[in-house]
Amino acid sequence: MPEELPDPDSIHYWDGVSNSELRYQLCNGCKSSIFYPRSICPACGSSDICWKVSSGLGKIYACTTVYRAPPKYKDKVPYIVALIDLDEDYRMMSEIINFGEKDVSVGKQVKVIFRDDIDGKLMPYFTPID
Amino acid sequence: MTLKKSCAIAGVAESRLGVVPDSTVLTLQAEAMVAALAEAGLEKTDVDAVFSSGNWGRLPQLQISEYLGIQPSYSDNTSVGGASFEFHLGHAAAAIKAGLCKVAVILYGSTQRSRRERRIFEAHADLGYQYETPYGLPIPVGAYALAASRHMAQYGTKPEQLAELAVSTREWAKLNPAAYRREQLTIEDVLSSEMIASPLHRLDCCLVTDGGGCVVVVSPEIAKTIPKAPIWLLGQGESHSHAQISEMPDLTISPAKESGKRAFKMAGINHDQLDVVEIYDSFTITVLLTLESLGFCKPGTSGDFVSNARTAPGGEFPLNTNGGGLSYCHPGQYGIFLLIESVRQLRNECGERQVPNATLALASGTGGVLSSNSTCILGLE
Repeated sequence: MPEELPDPDSIHYWDGVSNSELRYQLCNGCKSSIFYPRSICPACGSSDICWKVSSGLGKIYACTTVYRAPPKYKDKVPYIVALIDLDEDYRMMSEIINFGEKDVSVGKQVKVIFRDDIDGKLMPYFTPID
Repeated sequence: MTLKKSCAIAGVAESRLGVVPDSTVLTLQAEAMVAALAEAGLEKTDVDAVFSSGNWGRLPQLQISEYLGIQPSYSDNTSVGGASFEFHLGHAAAAIKAGLCKVAVILYGSTQRSRRERRIFEAHADLGYQYETPYGLPIPVGAYALAASRHMAQYGTKPEQLAELAVSTREWAKLNPAAYRREQLTIEDVLSSEMIASPLHRLDCCLVTDGGGCVVVVSPEIAKTIPKAPIWLLGQGESHSHAQISEMPDLTISPAKESGKRAFKMAGINHDQLDVVEIYDSFTITVLLTLESLGFCKPGTSGDFVSNARTAPGGEFPLNTNGGGLSYCHPGQYGIFLLIESVRQLRNECGERQVPNATLALASGTGGVLSSNSTCILGLE
């Protein structure tokens, strides 16, 4: 059975998102940034973990334009899904939106932007910056 | 302590492949096991260990063993995607070496083509997936597309080079009567096929077929008594680095880097001693990344490595000689067929597609979204 969302690991992250704030974790033991949220540092095993707020600035690490989508998203195609390397040294998946005529490719600078998703839930997306 | 020559493959078989509507996941596995045991000269009552993978049932390991009427003394349901069967072979070797079993069957079956079971990954939106699934990346193809985008940006790899791998693999399929797709294929055909998730086109993607397979693994003592030449496990290594693509440390380096290192060390051979190589080709990019991670070529150079029909029949690097997951069959978890083809090549049973005088083969399975890899080196002696 799927776990109910948010769960004890994710509730602080989704609370942040609903307030247009992008949160991540920092390990007090080895100072690694942690994403996705966990109860244990995947780098050193410490449970001494605190929450931080990200600047929301980063670079595209990899990206793809989706033409054949999962059923729920099939009316949205094409759209761009990317892995973003945040300035705080962690990586997350997101969608690149509001890019207009701008080039969306690996290495481009992006910033977080909060918008409702197709379920009406506020979500972090990214958009290119000049 | 090493697993080198601690076990041998005594029998291999496919079930019916392609579109097999009058079957279930159970009948296909039974069909493959009966044929593989017959080839090994063994009876079902000789089997004391069961290895299987798949996500088709509630408790698939129990269901398939019950259906076949086997109460194993050793049982392993390691399920790490398409690479599971190369993991199984290593685990079977360890169990045999420890004296826990003597005759193991590795099993797989799927009716995903006929029953449209290909919903496997879409359902997951909880735990770690809650941070990915809302963005609508189609899994697995979108994850492999991300890896391809990264490789292209970092190294200048071209869509034509990915397409060439698909074409060379098709050339092998043309020589395999059991292959699902055998018609002519050109680089232009691949590049003009529908874009699924850029830069991957439909013809960069593996088939969706039904099918099953079985590999019978035996102790060295039993290997002396079997009708065909035993095919020895000379080296094996395994690793996995992540479950979801955003957690992959470097999208250009697969866990084959770690597993391959261990397999080569155990076998005590060099890359250039291998006669035939079978690498999981869920997507064209999977093969390019795996070639680099296994050390057949330097990081970033796999596009050049596969160019000029180098991996096609008659080329200097025989690769995916059955036609691969791209053109022969791909029933969801393809890894068992890498072992089956390696064994047949080493036994000189491959007819038109036979690589002459093959004595050493490598089978490298990849599962999940470049998540898991096990690499096995097999030999005649």
